[in-house]
Amino acid sequence: MRSQVVLHIDRIACDGRGTCAELLPELITLDDWGYPIIADGPVPRDLGRLAHAAVELCPKMALQLRASEGDTRSMSKSTEEWRQ
Amino acid sequence: MSSTELLDQRASNEGTARIHRLLPSEPWEPVTLAAHLDQHGALVQHPSSEQWREATVGEIERAGLVGRGGAAFSTGRKLRALLAHRGRPFVIANGTEGEPASMKDRVLLARSPHLVLDGAALAASLVGAAEIIMVVHREVSESVDAALAERRRISLDSTKFRVVTAADGFVAGEASAVVNWVGRGVPIPLGKAPRMTERGRQGRPTLVQNVETLAHLGLVGRYGADWFRQLGAVDEPGTMLVTLAGAFVTPGVFEVAIGTRTSDVLELAGGPSTPIQALLIGGYFGTWTPASAALSAPFSASGLGVGLGAGLVVAFPAAGCGVLETARLVRYLASQSAGQCGPCKFGLPAIAEQLELVAQGVPVRYEDLTRWVDEIEGRGACGHPDGVARHIRSALDVFGHEVSEHLAGRCSASERRSSLAVPTQGVW
Amino acid sequence: MSAGAAVSQLPWMWLVSRASGLMLLVLFSTVFVLGISTRLGTRLRSMPRFAVTELHRTLALFSVALLALHGATAVLDPYVSIGWWAAVLPFTAHYRPLALSLGALAVDLGAAVLITSLVRRRLGHRWWRTVHWLAYASWPLAFMHSLSAGNDMSIWWVAALVWGSGSAVALAVVDRILFTRQSRKETIQRPNPAVRRATSAQWGVRS
Repeated sequence: MRSQVVLHIDRIACDGRGTCAELLPELITLDDWGYPIIADGPVPRDLGRLAHAAVELCPKMALQLRASEGDTRSMSKSTEEWRQ
Repeated sequence: MSSTELLDQRASNEGTARIHRLLPSEPWEPVTLAAHLDQHGALVQHPSSEQWREATVGEIERAGLVGRGGAAFSTGRKLRALLAHRGRPFVIANGTEGEPASMKDRVLLARSPHLVLDGAALAASLVGAAEIIMVVHREVSESVDAALAERRRISLDSTKFRVVTAADGFVAGEASAVVNWVGRGVPIPLGKAPRMTERGRQGRPTLVQNVETLAHLGLVGRYGADWFRQLGAVDEPGTMLVTLAGAFVTPGVFEVAIGTRTSDVLELAGGPSTPIQALLIGGYFGTWTPASAALSAPFSASGLGVGLGAGLVVAFPAAGCGVLETARLVRYLASQSAGQCGPCKFGLPAIAEQLELVAQGVPVRYEDLTRWVDEIEGRGACGHPDGVARHIRSALDVFGHEVSEHLAGRCSASERRSSLAVPTQGVW
Repeated sequence: MSAGAAVSQLPWMWLVSRASGLMLLVLFSTVFVLGISTRLGTRLRSMPRFAVTELHRTLALFSVALLALHGATAVLDPYVSIGWWAAVLPFTAHYRPLALSLGALAVDLGAAVLITSLVRRRLGHRWWRTVHWLAYASWPLAFMHSLSAGNDMSIWWVAALVWGSGSAVALAVVDRILFTRQSRKETIQRPNPAVRRATSAQWGVRS
């Protein structure tokens, strides 16, 4: 089953600390001022755990995993998709 | 002959000259309540009847009315969304007009306040609103107060009205910024979070509508969708107010039928006062388009290929330097950022600085500029960076020749004085 | 007396309490410094930032366990009478009331920091951060508790560890203050990397 989970960022909370880019360089790069540029599209399954780590370790809690692009609720780690 | 037929007939007699749906034919006097009721009669409403609400919203949908504040979102769809939600909603009439060069909302509120108030009252009845908050530019708050006083004297409206003076600043006119301003006194956008129609003021569904849209809404409620569609284009029906500014003989606010030939629209202001090279369409936030191509095209989003935004058209002289002008505008737009997110706080000033260097003929890394413009898109807390990116791209395209000159250290413009009045203080 | 009997006569609880107390001070100080490093975004010896954060959190949890041991052994120790409540309620101990009150206060503040951190998602960033600032009060209380509750400062390496921990924390706090002042300036004018590259001396444009 294709994963549809996307990374959502609260740009007002984001402070450009850069922790997320360290954990997920495949999906997140930093612009010239340290703010994240997140790749479009769903998070690949094999990067799921790292994505969760990025969400957990963001010092401003600016990252969220959402079930799809339009969804406004954040996903918790216990959902089926992520049970490894 | 009915009053509306009279209005539109005058329009056809004078060619594309003057349309008077929204603005009175004697432009110097505000329309009093008595004159307004004389012309249009009372707006009949049946707020308790679901059938009436359904029918009216259906009529508005059929009319194809879209927001005149810049986003051009379907008014009918917004009303439908509010009908679907429970809870007592709010109606907020947005007359902030954060675009400094745009004047249409102020002119409309000063001259025809009752059209706007009628529309707001109608919207409130349709969605069952508890209160209508008129957020108006400080220059016209007195007019609005006076108009409301007239109405209160004869207890015309059943819904409560409140007038709030709008905040200054470019982003203050954005829908969520207005809600934030009314609620918390902070005129900055709330981020891409909930839609105002779902959770707006005080967590309740809120209808935020530009004042011109409300004026049209009130008229559609009276005269119906077919009347509304008599003027305008099929895919973009109705009329709109435009502010013609810059190199015109008599700049000002005019009402046009969408789809009119652009050169005819410009004639309303007496035409260009000097040969022009480009038009800035939509506002400071808008898009540059070459004059030659635009003049023969219909004045509509599909005709010109750019969004009409808040209806501002700035005529830019051929003698002017497009690079210098763009640099000034972008510096202003950067200063107006709410400063809530990285791309706006740092990316925009950096881009402004780059453009200023290009305008001065200083060698820069052009790739940095284009890369940054690409990078800010979609990465802001609100739509501000996207608008700036679109503006810059259109400028780099339209003034491409001038940009190359500048990158080589030259400038081919004869007139290096700016023709656009850009506020120098970033006020918010 | 045989060796075994001598050993069994040692006040184990007391020793463990003192030892765990010293370890706890060192550990708590490390957690504190790591917390400031997290905020400053430093990379300790090329250890990435996320590792600094993780280490801060992990060691903080570990110090809770160590704290439990420290408190439990102090209470259970038969040599002096300290009630369970003295571990969390200040001004209730009979033995060395000031020293233990300081410890209890440190525990209370630390508990607030811990609990809010465990539920930070639900709490939201603003409230979590407000309570987390209590850590700046918790550490000095723990430090003063160490100085007044223990008798071992005459041992040179104990004193070294204690004052060493204190110095590390003090340096970290100074760093934190400097960081705040610098970032306030940067908000107004964060250096533009491209402008720095492009502007040469001839233009003297601000960078």
